[in-house]
Amino acid sequence: MERHILVVFPHPDDEAFGVSGTLALHAENGTPITYACLTLGEMGRNMGKPPFANRETLPLIRKKELEDACKIIGIKDLRLLGFRDKTIEFEDEELLSDRIGAIIAETNPSLIITFYPGYSVHPDHDACGAAVIRAVERLPKEKRPTVHCVAFAKNCEQELGKPDIVRDVSSVIDKKMAAIQAHRSQTEGLMKAASKRGGDALAWLKTERFWTYKWKKVL
Amino acid sequence: MQPIRVEEVQTALNRFANQDVYLHLETTNGAYASHHNERFFSAGAYIRNGRIRFSRGKIVGKGPYRVGLRLDFGWVYAEGLTDWEVTDKGQLLLAGHDYEGKLAVALQLSYEPF
Repeated sequence: MERHILVVFPHPDDEAFGVSGTLALHAENGTPITYACLTLGEMGRNMGKPPFANRETLPLIRKKELEDACKIIGIKDLRLLGFRDKTIEFEDEELLSDRIGAIIAETNPSLIITFYPGYSVHPDHDACGAAVIRAVERLPKEKRPTVHCVAFAKNCEQELGKPDIVRDVSSVIDKKMAAIQAHRSQTEGLMKAASKRGGDALAWLKTERFWTYKWKKVL
Repeated sequence: MQPIRVEEVQTALNRFANQDVYLHLETTNGAYASHHNERFFSAGAYIRNGRIRFSRGKIVGKGPYRVGLRLDFGWVYAEGLTDWEVTDKGQLLLAGHDYEGKLAVALQLSYEPF
């Protein structure tokens, strides 16, 4: 059992598709989870289907959706870091790592979950993962928590190999689906389309895959 | 937001003319466009809280609509606009939603920074 899990992602709903099953399983085991979410997804294109948000109301709507999703998953400590969507890669890299490093020092996690830098498609994902890795690399190797990375770039298996952790989350699939649906402004259209396709359109959600980060820098 | 009504948007645009106002302008095809379709060339841009002053603003087209704002030394332009709203702060929000209802373009004006 993990002592404490720290999750660091840039957008509300990043946690839902890739890792909410894993987190729900840990929460059911009583492991405390802290989720540091860097932005409120202010620049999302999805406004609901049919649209019920606009560019100015979207941040508050997504904040509420995120809080609801956290309740469903069992995340009791949500930190909103106040950066702006699409700007993470332009932020001061040291400042980003300082902010994340402070949360690592405070919560002393045994496991961190984030995106694999360079293999996570969205520039915010890659910059978020890179900031986490930089923050952890400041610690001596024996003090570093394990880091499990999510990756979904087309070339990720080719370059990183197969994910070393493949977890069946079908026992908590109801919680996972509810967490995804909590992000209604972002996921309603997608879920409607998936249910229209029917069959196994959502079967992939029952498995979550992680690559344990291999340290390059050793202090 | 509501489908654009040209006369009402034109009246709203006129209220922002000839004074310093704050502009949010963006186009986006989404960060995943090239991931889902490798042959799609992903491009987008946004400016948030650019301070501008325009002498003439106009909405034209049969829907989707175009808006042009004439600045002292240039222009602001957006096309593909479909919906509009005036917020309780008096901000004018114009947006273009694609056939799936996703935001593709936004042009917004405010007396105070967004």
